[in-house]
Amino acid sequence: MGFFLETLFGGLMVGMLYSLIALGFVLIYKASGVFNFAQGAMVLFAAMAMARFYEWIPKWFGFDNKILANVLAFAAAILVMIAVAWAIERLVLRHLVNQEHITLLMATLGITYFLEGFGQTLFGSGIYKIDVGMPKDPVLVLEGLFPGGVLINKEDLYAAVIAAVLVALLALFFQKTATGRALRAVADDHQAAQSIGIPLGRIWIIVWSVAGVVALVAGVIWGSKLGVQFSLSLVALKALPVVILGGLTSVPGAIIGGLIIGVGEKLSEIYIGPMFGGGIEIWFAYVLALLFLLVRPQGLFGEKIIDRV
Amino acid sequence: MRKIGEVILDVHHISLAFGGVKALTDISFDVREHEIRAIIGPNGAGKSSMLNCINGVYQPQQGTIALRGQTFKHMNSRQVAEMGVARTFQNLALFKGMSVLDNIMTGRNLKMKSNLFMQALRLGPAQREEAEQRLFVERIIDFLEIQPYRKTPVGRMPYGLQKRVDLGRALAMEPQVLLLDEPMAGMNVEEKQDMSRFILDVNDEFGTTIVLIEHDMGVVMDISDRVVVLDYGKKIGDGTPDEVRNNTDVISAYLGTSH
Repeated sequence: MGFFLETLFGGLMVGMLYSLIALGFVLIYKASGVFNFAQGAMVLFAAMAMARFYEWIPKWFGFDNKILANVLAFAAAILVMIAVAWAIERLVLRHLVNQEHITLLMATLGITYFLEGFGQTLFGSGIYKIDVGMPKDPVLVLEGLFPGGVLINKEDLYAAVIAAVLVALLALFFQKTATGRALRAVADDHQAAQSIGIPLGRIWIIVWSVAGVVALVAGVIWGSKLGVQFSLSLVALKALPVVILGGLTSVPGAIIGGLIIGVGEKLSEIYIGPMFGGGIEIWFAYVLALLFLLVRPQGLFGEKIIDRV
Repeated sequence: MRKIGEVILDVHHISLAFGGVKALTDISFDVREHEIRAIIGPNGAGKSSMLNCINGVYQPQQGTIALRGQTFKHMNSRQVAEMGVARTFQNLALFKGMSVLDNIMTGRNLKMKSNLFMQALRLGPAQREEAEQRLFVERIIDFLEIQPYRKTPVGRMPYGLQKRVDLGRALAMEPQVLLLDEPMAGMNVEEKQDMSRFILDVNDEFGTTIVLIEHDMGVVMDISDRVVVLDYGKKIGDGTPDEVRNNTDVISAYLGTSH
């Protein structure tokens, strides 16, 4: 039982991180109807900015304080992501208003390659590390309940809490502010939103900025676990089955989808894996997503697709 | 007695074509201040296209539209909204997942001055502004008699009431000119009477100029001051309801002619 719980917790925490990346997809899809292929590249770009600024800023200003350096690097990385959002709206989206979805999708593919290349030009192509001072040592909990207790990685626990707080803040922002209301309005109906004077361009910059900040948080957390390197952009591929499962249009869906994938992946690896000789963690999520596409193409929480004829 | 004022909206020789299909051919008419002006015509006559030209959704190939003497040709919906023109939609374009209150609040978007950061941090001025706008929206909700539905997601409301929310959102913009695209389509007699009353009240109390498209001839003749009749993208009649009713072209367009 203790071992089962340990696997379960492990899965939940990885799942929370998948959710964080999936959230970036959902935010942009909801507000502009674009499936943003560049989300993974944005995670990488943001993480690289963070890692490099952390090295550069103390050198530029000549101080040696880890916390200050981290805070400044994080702030600088946020500014970089806002600049990226602004440039994307200016140079790409603005010219593609009212175009087919497939056109926008191809445009985000282009943005992906650009961000990957430009990121390496700006920040270099080595492997960098992010150290925001998260504790690495595991802790034992629930020792009273089970013999041996449950082993939890403290770093994962912190990451999960940060992700949860971020999601809560975003939900508040969307539900409680006038700008959040305008964002939801644009998501529901572009034309109606324009007719009441909501500026599409500004809304898009805000959404892409928010998605950029979410990418930054995801990049920092994944980066401090795995190191900042090119393969970080591939983590985003794991978020694809998450959004298919949860529904592209649903924020809660992204979170629950992430948790299901995280838990499913770990549990299946432990309990079903041995039957296939192991390694099913790698493809489990995709097969699950495939099954969902057959049975419930709009995902768990997505808007039901009804065609009026 | 309402006072009909100067010309506020002047549509001048508008032609609009989609590829080879001529939606509108050389349409001219004017709308006076405080007036209720109807555009009628059989299906496919070009009524909605006309409205979409005024609203900036379509850019006509020829002709100009002037609002208070200010000509605009290449404008998008947002710029038109800033000039004080609001509209409702034939096939409801409400924000379905949002509550009635939120839907109508979006109409106040242009009146809001506080920026994103003040809102996100819930600073005093932003909160005060939200409260002021909210007060205005509550008055609209009272006016349209939809108080019980304030917090209901619009998608779950009956059709007739959704039409009222659409009107409410347009009213929240405090428009000078209100464009109504078939405000009574698909309604039963009672709902039509309610909607007619709201339109007359808006016109009366706020002095809003109203341009409306409608199929129901009875309603149009009852509430409008002047009527434009379109058929196959051409203007075939223009005048008071009585004049239009006796116009032979109009009669044949609606009832058909004997050959």
